[in-house]
Amino acid sequence: MNKKTELIKKCEAIAARMRKNSLKMAHAAGSNGAHMGSCLCIVDIIASVYGGVLNFNPTEPEWKNRDRFILSKGHGSMTLFSALEATGIINEEKLFTFSQNGGDFLCTSHLIPESGQEYSNGTLGFGLSYSVGLALASRYTNNPYHVYVLLGDGECNEGSIWEAAMSAQHFKLSNLTAIVDLNRMQSDGHADDVLNIELENMWNGFNWEVIRIENGHSISQLLDAFEKPRTEGKPRVIIAPTIKGKGISFMENNPEWHHGLVTKEIFEKAMMELPD
Amino acid sequence: MIEYNSKNIRAWSLLGQTRSFGNTLLELAKDNSRIIAVTSDMAKTSGLDRFGKMLPGQLINTGIAEQNMVGISAGLANEGLIPFAISFASFSTMRACEPVRHFLGYMNRNVKLIGVSSGFATGIFGGTHYCKEDLAIIRGISGIVILSPADCTELSKAVEAATHYNGPVYIRLTGQMNHPIVYKNDYSFEIGKAIKLKSGSDITIIATGSMVHNSIKAAEILEQQGINASVIDMHTIKPLDTAIIDKEMCSSELIVSIEEHSKTGGMGGAIAEYLSSLKQHPVLLRLGIEDEFQKAGNYSFMLEQNHLLPEQIANSIQKKYLSIKTNSNVSV
Repeated sequence: MNKKTELIKKCEAIAARMRKNSLKMAHAAGSNGAHMGSCLCIVDIIASVYGGVLNFNPTEPEWKNRDRFILSKGHGSMTLFSALEATGIINEEKLFTFSQNGGDFLCTSHLIPESGQEYSNGTLGFGLSYSVGLALASRYTNNPYHVYVLLGDGECNEGSIWEAAMSAQHFKLSNLTAIVDLNRMQSDGHADDVLNIELENMWNGFNWEVIRIENGHSISQLLDAFEKPRTEGKPRVIIAPTIKGKGISFMENNPEWHHGLVTKEIFEKAMMELPD
Repeated sequence: MIEYNSKNIRAWSLLGQTRSFGNTLLELAKDNSRIIAVTSDMAKTSGLDRFGKMLPGQLINTGIAEQNMVGISAGLANEGLIPFAISFASFSTMRACEPVRHFLGYMNRNVKLIGVSSGFATGIFGGTHYCKEDLAIIRGISGIVILSPADCTELSKAVEAATHYNGPVYIRLTGQMNHPIVYKNDYSFEIGKAIKLKSGSDITIIATGSMVHNSIKAAEILEQQGINASVIDMHTIKPLDTAIIDKEMCSSELIVSIEEHSKTGGMGGAIAEYLSSLKQHPVLLRLGIEDEFQKAGNYSFMLEQNHLLPEQIANSIQKKYLSIKTNSNVSV
């Protein structure tokens, strides 16, 4: 097996573990339910980031030279937690405190650096500005880390995203990579009906280096996009088409699974669909 | 290092709070490379032209994008830098309200938010630029210290104190050029500790920002009318110095709050909230900007429209004081 194939296998194993654990967490969350659709569609993206490109030390989550990963689309936090577990930053016991009253791992994440949570998300449209600040700060602190930020396509409706996009190209941030989870679904329905925007043209117009991949669930395509040699002085955005609810047939592209309760029956039915 | 000598104090006063802010920050940033000025196209307006020439690396301009200014500042703060996010008070607290709540409040990042030209300082620019709501807005967000300096000397003190304080701070700049001097000499400034500028046995005037000077003038007028007023500079709006209010309550028949801010939700509101929790307290007269959008005009026109000139302040206080005296005589 060559190095690339090995890395793909590693990320795929992380993704498989993340999907199963996400389902278990959602089931354990009981009547609180979980954002299954939003969480499942970004599993492969986050698995590729943590398994393939992010420079970090699981035994020292606050290591100052680590790359920063900012999950701006807050509804996907359960997926982030499952990645923190799959890569050894938190243990299984902590993971299954998910959605407990007063806990550290709720349906949105909180800035708790010692647990690998770099950002408090929930409200949409602010993670990119924060990431621009982090990326700029590395120039002042002479700390050459990279900043990865995951945005939702619905989130790109927010004007604040475009304020940040303008500034990132102005500051020539080559240490910043945004990933847009293009699932084309938002709270009120399909993006074609709610607000139909052509994101690729928009990011191009904002002078970013745009890489549009075919399939946001292909670890191989994601890794290729991350590893492509960079255009000096340009922030990069990877537009990754995904399927909301990916991996569990009856949740795929089903708006009812934006947020839902995973009962025992649903849990068992869904588990049957996930590979070992 | 900032030198509080009479030459500097006079020079700052000529510039006014808004423009002398930039010079103060430059002096501090020369000795502290962690200080970063982040502005949304307001470098010239806030007196940062010299800063930009001397320390170009420590100045970040986000263009006219206040939300992004606050978000970027939070990212810088997360890495140990001390960003000052600078815009007109209207825009740094209202356009960027949710980012301020998110990054300074909820995420508690060490950002110093600067509200330039608050109150009526933008003069004839009109209603969109006047800022009479910022104290109410920021006061409602948990975890942000609010400073409102009385003159340019105190502005320097506030900026210095905010730099040393580890946590989010909002600094509200009021008044225009030729800002009257309240503090002629160096003095000790501590966040949360109000300063008593004058002692009087009848009433207590608690003022903040530009209104501290007008209150001193009003107190002089009242003295000629036989009313002795204490004057307090409440430079910190949050946390409010309730200890000084407790002390004043014992000796005063009337407490007057006065600010270049809406009567709703500002310092007067904060004092009212505190007093209302006590079993007994003196009457509180809240003076400030009327709760309405008014026709625009220059600075003194706007103050006059809201009865905030020294003679007008003295009149309002005298009227209220006499009515209290009359009522209490009746009840006896």
